[in-house]
Amino acid sequence: MLDDFIVRAALAALGTALAAGALGCFVVWRRMAYFGDATAHAAILGVALALALQISILTGVAAAAVTMALMIHGLSGRGHSVDTLLGVLSHGALAIGLLAVSLVPGSRIDLDAYLFGDVLTVSRSDLLVIWGGAGLVLGLLWWFWPRLLTATLSPDLARASGIDPAAMQLLLTLLLACVVAVAIKVVGALLITALLIIPAATARNLARSPEQMAALAMSGGALAALGGVQVSLRLDTAVGPAIVCVAAGLFALSYIGGFLRGKRS
Amino acid sequence: MSLISAKNLSFDIDGKAVLKGVSLDIQRGEIVTLVGPNGSGKSTLLRLLISVLKPRQGVVTRAPGLRIGYVPQKLAIDGTLPISVRRFLDMPVRVRTNLAMAALERTGVAHTLHQPIADLSGGQLQRVLLARAILSEPDLLILDEPTQGLDQPGSADFYRLIEELRNERGCAVLMVSHELHVVMSASDRVICLNGHVCCEGTPDVVSAAPAYRELFGTGTRGALALYRHDHDHHHHDASH
Repeated sequence: MLDDFIVRAALAALGTALAAGALGCFVVWRRMAYFGDATAHAAILGVALALALQISILTGVAAAAVTMALMIHGLSGRGHSVDTLLGVLSHGALAIGLLAVSLVPGSRIDLDAYLFGDVLTVSRSDLLVIWGGAGLVLGLLWWFWPRLLTATLSPDLARASGIDPAAMQLLLTLLLACVVAVAIKVVGALLITALLIIPAATARNLARSPEQMAALAMSGGALAALGGVQVSLRLDTAVGPAIVCVAAGLFALSYIGGFLRGKRS
Repeated sequence: MSLISAKNLSFDIDGKAVLKGVSLDIQRGEIVTLVGPNGSGKSTLLRLLISVLKPRQGVVTRAPGLRIGYVPQKLAIDGTLPISVRRFLDMPVRVRTNLAMAALERTGVAHTLHQPIADLSGGQLQRVLLARAILSEPDLLILDEPTQGLDQPGSADFYRLIEELRNERGCAVLMVSHELHVVMSASDRVICLNGHVCCEGTPDVVSAAPAYRELFGTGTRGALALYRHDHDHHHHDASH
């Protein structure tokens, strides 16, 4: 079954969407969308590094994403100018990465694959990495769920209950880097944030509890992943944008659904 | 022994001293109110006591096994986080529904049990936060400007509730307040803070103290002067 590239693509997209859906709720609740962008853009720099140093792309991407995540973590909580600084880091990393990739001697890589994803070429070992990473992210979210949620609600309340909010923030930042490393092959660096935000935003229109929202975001993400693979096969288009289009369509439906139910959006 | 005691606490924000050599003791069952102008370090002191912040100097000692119920100044729940009052009371430790209900009944907001937190009014939210704080059966309740945004009858009711809770449960209460005229009567002890402890004692002693009068004026028993900062003390915004 894994010999079929379509099955591999669908599984890769599914694993990524499940992890991104659950983590995406925290990205939305804590307004970390820009963090996601910066970390994802750093991944392109990671691709360039990997090519230059002749190490595996995954290692390069993971290293760059974690470095960026830690930098952002260090910056957070330092007042209002962080937003601007993040913008500089984010787009700076992307631009340097784009330049560096084309300057690495002898490389004729397909940059589009890293910008927009190339899920139809995932190998069995890619699948292992994707599901391993996704499993790690989901497992840690599950384990730390009450603590993460309390720290998200109120850092002070968390601290008064013996939870370290800074540690929770760090954990989420590192999980974000992990999702970026996993997702770059599937949707590409430019659309990873979409996969984090859109399913969570979709779930928000319907959910009445944090757990419901996470479950709905994962389901919505999974639906978008499988639907997107189908759409791209029918229309012969890139998979990443197709997944995000389906996700955006689901958002529109949920918005109307939430509106009809008379719930605040 | 005292429930919690702070010795010689100092804390800086951006290199400026917000608190200098502050000491205080809270005894079992007493209601202590911290008053002081904006930026006098009231919230910072509370956050040092619950270990959100680490002092640059000094130590905080707690009685062994001390349970603290904390009511924060405000709870800015992002509108994207759907959470009901019931679920909120489970954070981070699950509680039985009958206990949750009893706590909400005690603070007068039992009807909000299934409402989303984001839909509550300021007064309801404060009472839900108080319910959450008493669920842990605390020895010490710490409240940071609990009546911010409530009208006068609302905050008078709230302070009456605090006093009742203290009488029923025998827990000590430490709170920050702006509303001297209301708080003074409900407190056993008032500590007037402005980077350091200016004066402290029973409400009568403090409101007659020269240091207090310098900070808050005299004519209105301090009620008005808080909103006009016409004294010459330095201001550091330590409440964030």
